[in-house]
Amino acid sequence: MSHGPSAPAQGHGHAHGHHEPYVPVFTPGSARLKELQDVISRYPEKMAALLPALWMVQQERGWISPEAMTEVAAQLGLTAADVKGVVTFYTMYHQHPVGKHFIQVCTTSPCLCAGADKVVDAFLEHTGCKELGLTSPDGKYTVIEVECLGACGFATPVQINEDYVENVTPEKVPEILSALK
Amino acid sequence: MGYPHKSHPRETPILSKHFGDPEARTLDGWKARGGYKALQQALHMEPTAIQDIVKASGLRGRGGAGFPTGLKWSFMKQGDGKQHYLCCNADESEPGTFKDREIMRWTPHALIEGVAVGAHAIGADTAYIYIRGEFSEPIRVMEQALAEARAAGIIGNNAMGSGKKVDVWVHKGAGAYICGEETALMNSLEGKRGNPRIKPPFPAVSGLFGKPTTINNVETLAAVPHILNNGAEWYKAMCLSSPKSTGSKLFSVCGNVQRPGNYEVVMGFSFKEFLYDLCGGPLPGRKFKALIPGGSSVPTITIEEAEQVKMDYEGFLEFGTMLGSGGVIIFDDAQSMPRQLARLARFYAHESCAQCTQCREGTAWMTKILERIVAGQGTYEDLDTIFELSESMTGKTICVLSDSCGAPVVSGIKKFRGEFEALIKGKRTSTVAVGA
Ligand SMILES: Cc1cc2nc3c(=O)[nH]c(=O)nc-3n(C[C@H](O)[C@H](O)[C@H](O)COP(=O)(O)O)c2cc1C
Ligand code: SF4
Ligand code: FES
Repeated sequence: MSHGPSAPAQGHGHAHGHHEPYVPVFTPGSARLKELQDVISRYPEKMAALLPALWMVQQERGWISPEAMTEVAAQLGLTAADVKGVVTFYTMYHQHPVGKHFIQVCTTSPCLCAGADKVVDAFLEHTGCKELGLTSPDGKYTVIEVECLGACGFATPVQINEDYVENVTPEKVPEILSALK
Repeated sequence: MGYPHKSHPRETPILSKHFGDPEARTLDGWKARGGYKALQQALHMEPTAIQDIVKASGLRGRGGAGFPTGLKWSFMKQGDGKQHYLCCNADESEPGTFKDREIMRWTPHALIEGVAVGAHAIGADTAYIYIRGEFSEPIRVMEQALAEARAAGIIGNNAMGSGKKVDVWVHKGAGAYICGEETALMNSLEGKRGNPRIKPPFPAVSGLFGKPTTINNVETLAAVPHILNNGAEWYKAMCLSSPKSTGSKLFSVCGNVQRPGNYEVVMGFSFKEFLYDLCGGPLPGRKFKALIPGGSSVPTITIEEAEQVKMDYEGFLEFGTMLGSGGVIIFDDAQSMPRQLARLARFYAHESCAQCTQCREGTAWMTKILERIVAGQGTYEDLDTIFELSESMTGKTICVLSDSCGAPVVSGIKKFRGEFEALIKGKRTSTVAVGA
């Protein structure tokens, strides 16, 4: 899953700066550890909790660093290489820090014929992101193209962090951006 | 969030009856609308008796392949002493398809009920609903409904007081179209890369965690409680054309059309009336040109062909295409087919899991050639190369993603060859600038 339009999101490193020491997520007694143990109990094999564990890390830390992979591996009895193999397979796990608002515009054919390419241009222009996949100098935005978001009847859908914004047109972009906190 | 359009009088709203009604999302609201009666009944039935009713109804899988659901369930050997699993496929990533999302966000209990009935019918005490990671809103709605159903004892160790265990869990994906393929879905659920597995063994023999497993689409499972409540004959009677296609079907409509959205019609409905009456026809001043009627993985047809189609499995086949997932993508006369098909090829190149050489190389190469043509750098030989390439990508790989890449492209070139040749000759297609 390495080719295609969705350039890997690579921060300028502005907002998240230099490598701060990694703070573990699943510390003894923490709510996240309890949540993880809860999830593990739903499956006959511990490894099935890998995707959920990675989601928890990404929610806490914003991205999945090599240290995070090591932590998750230890929790689930896997090797860091196993975890890395999985992280790199799925497009939604960030392997680099991204902007505070991660903006994904669907440009697959059904949305393209409704004008999604113009929506991409508008986001690039109004966020100050120079290119797809780059984070804006203020660290606030990263814009990428994505494949079908499963909302083709609401073209163009845009996913901003977790949430979908539907029926986006280039004209609506400034308003959408100013509503983001 | 987007609200659905008002139901058209010619729709047959069964699955979509409560779309847009927030009260139907709650357990009380769902029970007030007749919810969980079918599960109550099913839990006191023999699994094979449920299978027989579903077989008699003629229900076929709504995930794309149209495999008879009751028959699929009967492959699960009862009383083999093994753990069985049900996986509900809510990965919905096929371009043009957005129906399962509506089922989950508006009627989560309809799906929970269908999943619980399905699990019991195949002798499984545990079911997982695998939802694509992007669907944060449907995931939230499903999680909340599951928590309510669990707290009320509808699912759990003693489902509805039946003494039977039926557990249902949501599993969140993380971005990969291929995880909608059933064996890739199982690998992903197990915490692995979402690579499809070589079959055999088939999932009913060795599936999730190596145990007998059935995978069903969201819409398929959501239809089952209605069949139990109203009877197989009632379902079978919903049929306007081929007797092999029964029931109601949700069609997602998108692209260049007045009223995009989900529409539920009886199998065999006239596609012409569907497009011009229900969906409102083309945008002002435009004409429909081409359609990909079953999600992006099926062959392209012209509007002239589409106008003759009866909307069921056999009706689409008659015109060389497929009902697929029911995701109808419409292109009007302002669109460049080469540009749209090049973009679709790029989708498959991006989503190939890269295990098979023909698929990994073929999808990338096809994309490159098509983009070259769109950029005005193509040759006539390129068109032949695409046909040969598609041939070498079909029927030779672990899963059918590889075949899917060529399906809309090859048919699209055959039917709109003039547009490709115009680009090759260095001209622009009639109405729109390409290569933007
Ligand atoms: C590449 C690929 C992607 C698929 N994506 C989906 C999907 O998102 N949802 C789905 O229900 N089926 C999908 N399928 C079909 C499933 O493999 C499977 O046939 C289906 O879930 C079975 O359910 P059904 O019998 O109820 O239709 C896909 C198949 C392939 C080859
Ligand atoms: S056909 Fe493509 S997607 Fe399917 S298993 Fe092979 S490489 Fe992966
Ligand atoms: S093609 Fe854009 S959401 Fe499906």
